[in-house]
Amino acid sequence: MASQKEVLIDPIFNNNPIALQVLGICSALAVTINMSTTLVMCIAVIFVTTMSNLAVSLVRNRVPTNIRIIVQMTIISSLVIVVDQVLQAVAYDISKSLSVFVGLIITNCIVMGRAEAFAMQNGPWLSALDGFGNAVGYSVILIGVALIREPLGSGTLMGFEIIPTAANGGWYVPNGLLLLAPSAFFIIGLFIWAIRAWKTDQVEAPEYEIAPNAQYKEAI
Amino acid sequence: MAKLDKDSLGNTFFIAIFLCLVCSVIVSGMAVALKPIQKLNKELDQKKNILRAAGLLASNATESEDGKTIEQLFAEFRVRAVNLETGEYVDGVDLQAYDPIKAARDAARSISLSSVEDIATLRRRENVSLVYIKANGAGVEKLVIPVRGYGLWGTLYGYLALDGDLSTISGLGFYSHKETPGLGGEVDNPKWKKRWQGVRLYDDLGDPSVRLVKQRSPTNSTAASYEVDALSGATFTTRGVENLVNFWSGELGFGPYIQKLKINGVAQG
Repeated sequence: MASQKEVLIDPIFNNNPIALQVLGICSALAVTINMSTTLVMCIAVIFVTTMSNLAVSLVRNRVPTNIRIIVQMTIISSLVIVVDQVLQAVAYDISKSLSVFVGLIITNCIVMGRAEAFAMQNGPWLSALDGFGNAVGYSVILIGVALIREPLGSGTLMGFEIIPTAANGGWYVPNGLLLLAPSAFFIIGLFIWAIRAWKTDQVEAPEYEIAPNAQYKEAI
Repeated sequence: MAKLDKDSLGNTFFIAIFLCLVCSVIVSGMAVALKPIQKLNKELDQKKNILRAAGLLASNATESEDGKTIEQLFAEFRVRAVNLETGEYVDGVDLQAYDPIKAARDAARSISLSSVEDIATLRRRENVSLVYIKANGAGVEKLVIPVRGYGLWGTLYGYLALDGDLSTISGLGFYSHKETPGLGGEVDNPKWKKRWQGVRLYDDLGDPSVRLVKQRSPTNSTAASYEVDALSGATFTTRGVENLVNFWSGELGFGPYIQKLKINGVAQG
């Protein structure tokens, strides 16, 4: 049985849901254009993952095997709707800029993955810790991406100007690529590279090796 | 406790129904409890957009420079429903609930536009829309009209504000669009929006003639007074914005109403 500390800390670097398992990429592309939406998204995912793991773990011994995925989905989607409703009430502007991506937490593989892989086998307290840890791991990467995309893409951080852009009389010409989704792919790719260079045990063995070129002597 | 057969048919039904009940109570409870706050937020957001287009509110501010709140600023405006065809006020419309965009989807409350008329790619136009008037004695100080039209990726929704003479633009702002960030998305750029201030909307014949151009006509020429700089790298967005401004201020948009307002002043109706 894993210790509480391991369950909480491991997903941040050792077993990061984005960097190692490469899950939850779609929302990481969409919401990281600026820091404030990223932070709200992170808080929402942390809440949903923790609560869904807790709830799934509480009912795990009663849930019939046949419908367990549906049960998990129902719990997760209810939580996401709750988050969406709360956001619309307390942070209307941010909820507008997050638009559908709050709703899409439902399809975030991390939430579902943790419910099925961890919460179905472990007690409520450990499951909640696991959900929290994984969501924090997700958040660390998202915040990292936003930290690069927002200043370089629009010269601001949290909406405040930190690099004076050419449009406002400064020297920096914003890189438009960083405002588009593909840039997050590149940044996440670089993160994965960096983490695997640091923790070499995460490097996967190649699935196949390219055979050396075979050439018939007669053909030459 | 006796060992429960969790895979039995009875338990499966019990869990399914029980879970659905619990979840639906939580979800609907939240939705109902938060509805009033959400509605307020939506209204406040709309008011903010109108005030921003009229240039009475800075883009990130929540109150004006002289410390008036959004509610106070908006209270200076009168909301009226207008029949777009005749240009006359319509009474008996629930101004709080009326949504012109929804009306445009309803065949009974809108007209279909032919492809020649439909420069802003709307397909249908509502019969009744809303205007926001800030009166100044008997005259008009500002008039704000809702505008929308197709850009590159989707419809741009915004407000166009006119000055008291009803032929000079006072501001243009979009509250929802899907244009490319950094290119067409620059329709949100405050510096570009400022360029709309003082641009002439109607030519001598009364036709809307705003143009978004890559190269400005010589300063002080008549042509230059109708021109706004195009957004670089955003040809389709620029064309869309030009068309939507001209459409909504034209014959099929608020043109008839604005003509009437020029003659009659706010006293009418």
